[in-house]
Amino acid sequence: MSEPKKVIMLGNEAIARGAYEAGVKVSAAYPGTPSTEISEYLVQYKEDLYCEWSPNEKVATEVAIGASVAGVRAMSCMKHVGFNVAADPAYTVSYMGVNGGLVIVVADDPGLYSSQNEQDTRMVARAAALPVLEPSDSQEAKDYMKMAFELSERFDRPFILRTTTRLAHSQGLVELMDRTEPEDKPYIKDIRKTVMMPGNAKPRHVEIEKRNLELAKAADTLPVNRVEMKNTEIGVITSGIPYQYVKEALPEASVLKLGMVNPLPRKMIEEFASKVDTLYVVEELEPVIEEQVKSWGIAAVGKEIFTIQGEYSANMLRRAILGEEPSAAEPATVPGRPPVLCPGCPHRSVYYVLNKLKLHAAGDIGCYTLGAVAPLSVVDTTICMGASISSLHGMEKAKGKDYIKNWVAVIGDSTFLHTGVNSLMNMMYNRATGTVIILDNSTTGMTGHQDHAATGKTLQGDPTYAIDIPALCRAIGVRHVTEVNAFDLETLERTVKEETARDEVSVIITKTPCVLLSKAKKPLYTVHEDRCRKCGMCMKPGCPAMTKNADGTVYIDDTMCTGCGLCESLCKFGAIELVKEENR
Amino acid sequence: MAVKNIMIVGVGGQGTLLTSRILGGLAIAGGHDVKLSEVHGMAQRGGSVVTFVRYGEKVAEPVVEEGQADVIIAFEQLEALRYAHFLKKDGALIINDWKIDPMPVVTGAAQYPEHIIENLKEKYKVYTVNATEEAKKLGNSRVFNLIVLGIAAQHMDFSKEQWYSVIEHTVPQKTIEINKKAFDVGFEL
Repeated sequence: MSEPKKVIMLGNEAIARGAYEAGVKVSAAYPGTPSTEISEYLVQYKEDLYCEWSPNEKVATEVAIGASVAGVRAMSCMKHVGFNVAADPAYTVSYMGVNGGLVIVVADDPGLYSSQNEQDTRMVARAAALPVLEPSDSQEAKDYMKMAFELSERFDRPFILRTTTRLAHSQGLVELMDRTEPEDKPYIKDIRKTVMMPGNAKPRHVEIEKRNLELAKAADTLPVNRVEMKNTEIGVITSGIPYQYVKEALPEASVLKLGMVNPLPRKMIEEFASKVDTLYVVEELEPVIEEQVKSWGIAAVGKEIFTIQGEYSANMLRRAILGEEPSAAEPATVPGRPPVLCPGCPHRSVYYVLNKLKLHAAGDIGCYTLGAVAPLSVVDTTICMGASISSLHGMEKAKGKDYIKNWVAVIGDSTFLHTGVNSLMNMMYNRATGTVIILDNSTTGMTGHQDHAATGKTLQGDPTYAIDIPALCRAIGVRHVTEVNAFDLETLERTVKEETARDEVSVIITKTPCVLLSKAKKPLYTVHEDRCRKCGMCMKPGCPAMTKNADGTVYIDDTMCTGCGLCESLCKFGAIELVKEENR
Repeated sequence: MAVKNIMIVGVGGQGTLLTSRILGGLAIAGGHDVKLSEVHGMAQRGGSVVTFVRYGEKVAEPVVEEGQADVIIAFEQLEALRYAHFLKKDGALIINDWKIDPMPVVTGAAQYPEHIIENLKEKYKVYTVNATEEAKKLGNSRVFNLIVLGIAAQHMDFSKEQWYSVIEHTVPQKTIEINKKAFDVGFEL
């Protein structure tokens, strides 16, 4: 037999590959950094499996549960906060167990690279009594995915595969294997296992606690957990990406590497602890392993010296455990470079108008969150998906309709379909008067352009019905639904003024596609310095393609300009002009 | 072989991902273990972006830490300054002589530091090129990163043929020739 093929894969790609090799037949997900690419890689196997973008993580998980009940291996994928949305089905499918293997992939974000909080999925998993596997590199990401399906069926438990940003977005070598498709499990009607009414759920709770104990016992010998015995002065219990930092910083230490982080292999841990002088527990975020280990009366060092915030590193462990300072130059003091709306982004134009009208915005989750910072400074709140509309409603109920006359809710198209639509129903039902702006850029933007229920295309690339967002709003009962081009400043300003003044719910849809969607050559603007009066109007929206020269005139970086024309429409002196095709 | 640590730093949208993938491909072609760490999502949108490439006998962590980088490839001056302390002693810092104002500078809340390259030269081994201007001369300002990579190649242990082969497999078909030309510009500087 020839050597298995080794290729370099992103953690998320390896998860997709693992699902493929495991014979998964159905996958559903909602995009969310750092989990998005799993589905984008999975779609390459669409001849062998079905995968979809669902409107939200709860729907996605229920789709996967249905497929499991029907007898095939199924999965859903999401980021950590998406798992909150999926919590309702997740907690209960834990009681049901599985027919076909069921895996929920949840990606945590220590260090908050692209999230609104730093919650630890292992805590949620413990609360839901769901077993968790956690890989530490791309190869394990693939292997554990397959193992998760096997264990899921063997122990009749849905499994969580937990990843973190660093694993999801790192690449490493992976050995490819063929797909093995297990036979579909027969569906045998048994409502004691699938209808979770109290009479059935009570005995199921007893049953799953029993299963989890069996699994915990098996964890002592499962190859997913392993001991690497070396020098016994220092022993470390760790898992996931922190394992790599331990190997880097403490190559001579003994390590108990946990591949299954819930439930824990108690006997294995007790034995390991008895063999080492000082035991450390190295885990990012919450002390999930540490607290359990200590509750068994085992002495260990953990969050006394390690933080619960952010990502770990080998240098951090060298400092905390060995007292070693890495030899490196002092970092320079430099201005920050926070993320910004792209040049040509239609949100910038909308926010320019809201800023000009001195309006506050209850914001939501997406690229448009970036409208919170200077110079646009429009967004006042960002909580979670869909919260813009409902929190605006709450303000009105607290302080009355006049109080929110200088407020709007802003939400993207994908986010509106995710959970915003429920909040709009609530506004209509409960006699609100607020104004909702749907920033419709025809895509799920921040996560890198995924289709959704209103784009007319599925994850698998098939054409489909595109939900008509204005019609949907009208069907809910909104009488004033206006569509405006985001770059038509005049109409936009007039519409926002009219609608916020109105004592009725209104929806303004600024429908202009994300500038990154089109790869076509873009037009380009230039500044005639002789006509520039240095008034600074064009700089107000904070376009990253524009800088001020030392003399106060303005310069447009032609490698960044996308030709949206916002600066031109703000210049009263004709100093900004489209560059003619022949001069480019 | 001891693990080699490379960093690519720049501004989201400058093509750090493409560059790291070329380096990753190169390391595999050389028969090494390799790990890459990338930035996706929110931080990509015009923010400060850093990508790590590590290759050698056996690579554990996918990131390069302070004081460990053999080569830092900086696509922008301010980002070179931000990450310079990641260099190990005698590490090489390759800087695209190009400035992109971050939003705090655009809004006037902060000043873009002056004399970045001169100051870095006092502390580190610095190689500079105005790759963006050079790329414009080639007719496509977007291939500037291959020019910078060409300079970095002078500090790494791969043959020109290996570089060519990986470029051919990584960049879009239509842009292979111009990317190879851009690489040559940097390689011969």
